[in-house]
Amino acid sequence: MMRFSTLLKHPADWMTGEAEGNGVVLTSRVRLARNLRREPFPGWATKERRVSVLERVKPEVEGLPEMKDGFSQELDGLSSLQKQVLVERHLISREQAARGEGSAAIVNRKQALSLMINEEDHLRMQAIRPGLALTEAFQLVSGIDMKLESSLEFAFDHELGYLSACPTNLGTGMRASAMLHLPGLVLSDQIGQVLQAVGKLQLAVRGFFGEGTESLGNLFQISNQSTLGESEETIIRRLERVIEQVASHERSARQKLLEDDPEMVFDRVGRAYGALRHAHIIASKEALNLLSLLRLGAELKFFPPATVSACDSLLMEIQPAHLQLHAGKKLTPEQRDAIRAEIIRTRLQSLDPPVMSEKQEDQDWEDPPDNIVDL
Amino acid sequence: MQCDLCEKKATVFLTQLVEGEMKKMCLCEACAEEKGVTDPTGFSLADSVLGGGQVAETGQIVSVREEDGVPCPVCGFTFNKFQQVGRLGCSECYHVFGDDIGRRLKGMHKGIVHVGRVPEGLLEAHARQQRLDQLRDRLEQAIASENYEEAAGLRDEIQEIETNTATQR
Repeated sequence: MMRFSTLLKHPADWMTGEAEGNGVVLTSRVRLARNLRREPFPGWATKERRVSVLERVKPEVEGLPEMKDGFSQELDGLSSLQKQVLVERHLISREQAARGEGSAAIVNRKQALSLMINEEDHLRMQAIRPGLALTEAFQLVSGIDMKLESSLEFAFDHELGYLSACPTNLGTGMRASAMLHLPGLVLSDQIGQVLQAVGKLQLAVRGFFGEGTESLGNLFQISNQSTLGESEETIIRRLERVIEQVASHERSARQKLLEDDPEMVFDRVGRAYGALRHAHIIASKEALNLLSLLRLGAELKFFPPATVSACDSLLMEIQPAHLQLHAGKKLTPEQRDAIRAEIIRTRLQSLDPPVMSEKQEDQDWEDPPDNIVDL
Repeated sequence: MQCDLCEKKATVFLTQLVEGEMKKMCLCEACAEEKGVTDPTGFSLADSVLGGGQVAETGQIVSVREEDGVPCPVCGFTFNKFQQVGRLGCSECYHVFGDDIGRRLKGMHKGIVHVGRVPEGLLEAHARQQRLDQLRDRLEQAIASENYEEAAGLRDEIQEIETNTATQR
């Protein structure tokens, strides 16, 4: 089994920038909720009962060929910092991080699949893929579901489908979501309109970082709300259609910004480059927003293409728990801001100033020299 | 009624599931407090109270106040608790509190009947169930329109499926 340190050394395959050409959608995620029949749900079960569920489910999950050489850990064996790091990597949920004895997280080697035992439900399994690939993510997680259902008796009702602790997950037990980077819609003030339209389709939209409606780094997550009354395929098809539309709005917003107000775009991207390259103290919020602009610049081809994935992995590395793990000690907020700036400066030290042009096709980047962006 | 532990008047009524059997307990407010059973969410109860060495079929040691209503026989959860926490106790709760939950599903989801994947082992049973539901709907319609000949045929068909299912088991 993989150790925690090994898990952290290797970035997930969906983080390492295979998503080129689909820069608006960063990742697609599908999770399924499953429970054992006639067994108290984790929130109501006694500790003994939770432990017995864990003992039944964990060996089955670990035995799956997909999870071979993966990471498997009971939550009470992790420090709160380690749990937080897993949350920042989207491998476990915030709820799961709050749990201890009787709960576990199992992640496959590529970190494309992660399973949580005794979260809100007995079993939550998710697949993450780069770009817009909900169908692929669903197939991946569904494959595991089918293997597990032959050895574990999942709670299922002919009318209500898969039975979950919360009625909002009944039916398919499936939540599919995509993370979108929408700086064009934010800069052109169209984001409110677009998100409102999406909300009317019984889909949920929320900022990816930050609380409530606040969105940092112009990152948004769109997911299905309804899980009962439609098949998995129908839900995914509807979601993909909407996401494609939002992505296409985003692309035209960028195009229009470049045509109408190129100076403004150049200025924003240029300032972001300057600040990120030279700041010595940078708060999380500012860093996320500047990295978003740098990423936008890269997608407008002001920077070499590899800059996009550098931004994506920085998004993860500059979060609080990752910083503390990097430093190997607990940090005050001031220290965090300094280390955050240092990590960003180091990562971007050989990134050349932007080459700005209104015509995106003007830039013909050759294969980036090895040293351009230090991955 | 008198408290099981002291002389005072009992106001808290607990139901404990032990070895699948319900055992009742009556406590006064003070004894209940001492035992820690007055926690309004009831979630810490399962771990703390009435513990001892007794473990029920599902391992749940359950305490229910009378005003919480009838508990789920498998896990001891009540509908009142569901209203407080928005989650259920176990898969069986959906059958025990089916009607009350059913009413809440309409605004929550696109539909109220599952369309989608079915566990492989249940595919046949699921298809049979759907067929039965369909036949029962038609039977109801036939009776409503006083088409008794069709109704009799449908009734036989339903019975046949039901008998087959019973013998298979």
